[in-house]
Amino acid sequence: MQKKTPVDAAYDAMTKRASPPSEKGKNALKAFLSGGLVCCFAQLLFDFYGMLGLNEKEVKAAVPITLIVLTAILTGLGLFGKLAKFAGAGLSVPITGFANSVVSPAMEFQTEGRVLGTGAKMFTLAGPVIAYGCSAAAVYGLIYYFFIVRG
Amino acid sequence: MPVREGRYAIKLSDAPAVISFASAVGKTEGEGPLAEEFDIRHTTDKICEGTWEMCESRLAEEALEKAFAKCGRTYEDADILFAGDLLNQCVASTFAARGTDIPYAGLFGACSTMALAAALAALCVDCGAVRLAAACASSHFCSAERQFRFPLEYGGQKTPTAQRTVTGAGALLVAKSGKDLPRITRVMLGRIRDQGITDANNMGAAMAPAAACTIIDFLRDTNSSPEDFDLILTGDLGKVGSELLREVMITREQTDISAVHNDCGMMIYDPERQDVCSGGSGCGCSASVVCSHILKKLSRGELHRVLYVATGALMSPTTAQQGENIPAIAHAVEICNI
Repeated sequence: MQKKTPVDAAYDAMTKRASPPSEKGKNALKAFLSGGLVCCFAQLLFDFYGMLGLNEKEVKAAVPITLIVLTAILTGLGLFGKLAKFAGAGLSVPITGFANSVVSPAMEFQTEGRVLGTGAKMFTLAGPVIAYGCSAAAVYGLIYYFFIVRG
Repeated sequence: MPVREGRYAIKLSDAPAVISFASAVGKTEGEGPLAEEFDIRHTTDKICEGTWEMCESRLAEEALEKAFAKCGRTYEDADILFAGDLLNQCVASTFAARGTDIPYAGLFGACSTMALAAALAALCVDCGAVRLAAACASSHFCSAERQFRFPLEYGGQKTPTAQRTVTGAGALLVAKSGKDLPRITRVMLGRIRDQGITDANNMGAAMAPAAACTIIDFLRDTNSSPEDFDLILTGDLGKVGSELLREVMITREQTDISAVHNDCGMMIYDPERQDVCSGGSGCGCSASVVCSHILKKLSRGELHRVLYVATGALMSPTTAQQGENIPAIAHAVEICNI
């Protein structure tokens, strides 16, 4: 097999100089504000569902469900991408980002059919989060069991 | 007859003529600074019913149809069609070629495809085996996004070095004779350059060394200097890649091309007004710019000698995920108004 070309240090330095970095500060501020807005909205929903007479357990299910449904609708209407371009992590870190990462490939790959398109591709972005999220939960569970429950 | 000149350049002694050319573009390109130059401008990227792949294929078809219609020739007159695109197995070109019944050679040169196709078409005509050759290349923002990046409706931010895939196609026809037409005088196929770049969001940086290599080879083989050209036109290096190319040329070769250099990826969009990061990219980028703006200027005599150097990043999503470097190539076509 042909060996991979090593990085050309001089050219690498040139590339770094010529490539403008992401505006990290600006992006962080926008994410902070928009993420905060999402959380405030969720809190409003929380209080609203409480007022409707749902108990705390039900409210904790109803709030994320509402956010997921809203994201799915916004994604379907083609609005979520535009909002996320501004908000960045403000919309991708809350459950809205997760919902969008499932809905967007489901829409995109419709053209390849229900099974190999929508069905198979739906989790290409969210799949790793689910897999590693569950694995991390299992590890945490074991630690909890051995050190807290039995320890 | 084509003759070798120097080490890598090939001189086309009969200088075949570009007898016709045409371009078709999507919405964003049709709103850019070159809008008036394109033959067909769509107001949406959803060019036809059906999938994005078929939309891209339709663009290529439109460019071909228009190129033939403009010179009053038919598909039956053509002896060969060289075409390519970015999609897996070059389907956009294949499906566009399906209805033409022209002997077809599908090419993959990534974003360098238009220069590769034009070079091969000119070679075939110059050697006498082909009377009329067609060259075509296309790309589509939506079909490229779904194959190389994310679903369209996925919400994310792009890095400033990323480039926007052009929704566009260009086609040109090459034949032996033709009065007062732009002529392809030399071609040069590039050598693959790999400088260890792995960032798929910085294609300009991966491709700049390939462009530099081809330009240097070309200047050396033909005993010319940048001043001998009205324009050294790269395909889709974008803002970052163009800066790097000029810097590499100066630091490594002491050759300053900045006075005559321009890049199709920077020409097709207005970065101030349009959200395009480092500029345009894709096979359709230089294909649509050359088969409109540039060839028109050459036909009108506003440009006399142009070195068109289209660059391509020769990776696949698979090799990029596997952490392999991005090898790049650049093919050169010298177009003159004699």
